[in-house]
Amino acid sequence: MIGYIIRRIGQALIVILGVLVLTFLLAQLIPGGEARAVLGSKATPQGILQFNQRNGLNEPVWVQFWHYLLGVFQGNLGYSYKYNQGVTQVITERLPKTLTLVTASVALSLVIAIPLGILQVVRRNKPVDYAITGASFFFYAMPDFLVGTLLIIFFAFDLKWFPVAPPSDASAWAVFTQPQAFVLPIVTLAVTSIASFSRYMRSSMMDAMAEDYVRTARAKGAGNQRVLYGHALRNALIPILTLLGLSLPAIVSGALIVENVFNYPGMGLLTVQSAFNDDIPVVLGTTLVITIATVIGSLLADILYAVADPRIRLGGE
Amino acid sequence: MQWPILGSASEVSDVPEHGDGRLDPVFNDFEAETAIPIGGGETMRVGGMDLVAEPIPEGGEARSAGGNLRQMGRVFAENKLAVVSVGVIVFMVLFCFLGPHLYPTNQTNSQLALQNSTQNAPPGNGNPLGTDESGFNILGRLMFGGQASLIVGLASALVATIIGTLYGAISGFFGGWLDSLLMRVVDILLSIPVLFLLIALVTIYHSSETLLILVIAFVSWLVPARLIRGETLTLRTREYVQAVRVMGGSNGRIINRHIIPNAVGTIVVFATFQVADSILLLAALGYLGLGVPSPQTDWGTMLSNGVNAAGNGYWWQIYPVGLCIVLVVIAFNYVGDALRDSLEVRLQQR
Repeated sequence: MIGYIIRRIGQALIVILGVLVLTFLLAQLIPGGEARAVLGSKATPQGILQFNQRNGLNEPVWVQFWHYLLGVFQGNLGYSYKYNQGVTQVITERLPKTLTLVTASVALSLVIAIPLGILQVVRRNKPVDYAITGASFFFYAMPDFLVGTLLIIFFAFDLKWFPVAPPSDASAWAVFTQPQAFVLPIVTLAVTSIASFSRYMRSSMMDAMAEDYVRTARAKGAGNQRVLYGHALRNALIPILTLLGLSLPAIVSGALIVENVFNYPGMGLLTVQSAFNDDIPVVLGTTLVITIATVIGSLLADILYAVADPRIRLGGE
Repeated sequence: MQWPILGSASEVSDVPEHGDGRLDPVFNDFEAETAIPIGGGETMRVGGMDLVAEPIPEGGEARSAGGNLRQMGRVFAENKLAVVSVGVIVFMVLFCFLGPHLYPTNQTNSQLALQNSTQNAPPGNGNPLGTDESGFNILGRLMFGGQASLIVGLASALVATIIGTLYGAISGFFGGWLDSLLMRVVDILLSIPVLFLLIALVTIYHSSETLLILVIAFVSWLVPARLIRGETLTLRTREYVQAVRVMGGSNGRIINRHIIPNAVGTIVVFATFQVADSILLLAALGYLGLGVPSPQTDWGTMLSNGVNAAGNGYWWQIYPVGLCIVLVVIAFNYVGDALRDSLEVRLQQR
């Protein structure tokens, strides 16, 4: 298992390095160069020349990349001329808010999706099964922003159960102190994951039910409950962890939308606002940081997977 | 949004590559290609085939493919939801592209729109679905915005599928270090949350309809690349591929004439799902205010405008366009699902 984990960490590092290369290349590919991005489209040629000299942009590309790498390792992601702050400072207070949102919604979707998937297997090809399948296709096709809007209309405007949005100055910890303000964003983000996870849970359970060990268990006289929860479920849960790691980038993408629907000041809202401001250093910085966070999250899911699956825990691969 | 495709567990477990990202070492070892056991008897058989009837591999494949097609058509037609979905898609395409000719409305000149109707008018009075905040007729605008959504959705899915297919076929076919390198690139791009990457691209290259097609394709070719690579890894060890190789067929010919045609099922299924995903991605960008630039519009942008006025109770600016997005996306998902079912050998043999 140690070998597996070390190899996964190595892979994650390669991915992070690759993402660094990509964000660096994207900065290089800005039409007109970084100078235009910072100075705006009305910059004079002299201004651009001076800017390039001051910031070492006349050096060879690989030297620039090396400086970029060193900078990132020292926590320097560039400078936002719109905020007049380092990109790192702009991002630091936003990141925990997004992480809270994503973690809470992943937890919620697992808690709901797994029982739903089991229910579908127990009642497979019955009305309940079809209803849940139909609903999961429906919610999978529903854009996050539509779900969020409908929830706001019904639960905030009509029923007034929850506030429209969490207070904009709330810290990441506010999810514990005033949870009702976070219900709508978390549920919105969880809806698509629930649709996807429950669908996958259903087929994963179905596959497990067709396995030899289930037939063996039945042949030995195990009851339905024992076969379902003792044999099939435990095996079906393992691939869910894999799916979780794979889905994380999509969930984080969803968080970007949800933050914009609910005006929740995390990384996603910052990215979109910076896109409107043409603040390319911040957009690239958030993309880099959120990707690193996602890669670490997927790595954790894979380590959990290694711990949960005895074939890896005990047998190397 | 690059969710692992909904559906059977085996489908998703094909994708992960979470171990060392490779399948059976034999598939990956390019040297193994030439060393694949073509014993005396096998060579004779291949040689004999060569003598008796040269086009057997292709001809044989084509005949059985015809039979498969009929069988697949039957399995597909049994799926009522899929048939209905095809109907929905055809209807939507006609609605958006033929509709404006039957029901012409002004959708570009906002001053003209205001002369003929008021802003935010409820349904009725010559505007069956009311008007939006600029006074545009919403029924007409659904057609107008739907054109952009459907064109961008279909075109970017097409571009993504072509890039992904070629990339995956090359990666899987040549194997070795090239495969590892190419797949590493896919891993890296897949780990970036897609909307962040999309927004970065849209910010850097200011948005136009063509650009949107390209950037959405740029973030969407990764999954087909992986799927096709997986297919190629198994296909290239098939006897008919080896037969072509023994007969002196070039790599390009093998990829173009044998591997891609045989992976066409996977490709079509993916492309269908991708249309749905691309439409959703465009809708998301539109919602964020980064969709097709005005005076064009798309469903996401329309929905975004409606949502901004959600507190005013202008439901006709939200529900019709939301329904259009959801219907089209569900329809493409159901069709993709049915296509995949009809390709499943197990189902064909029942």
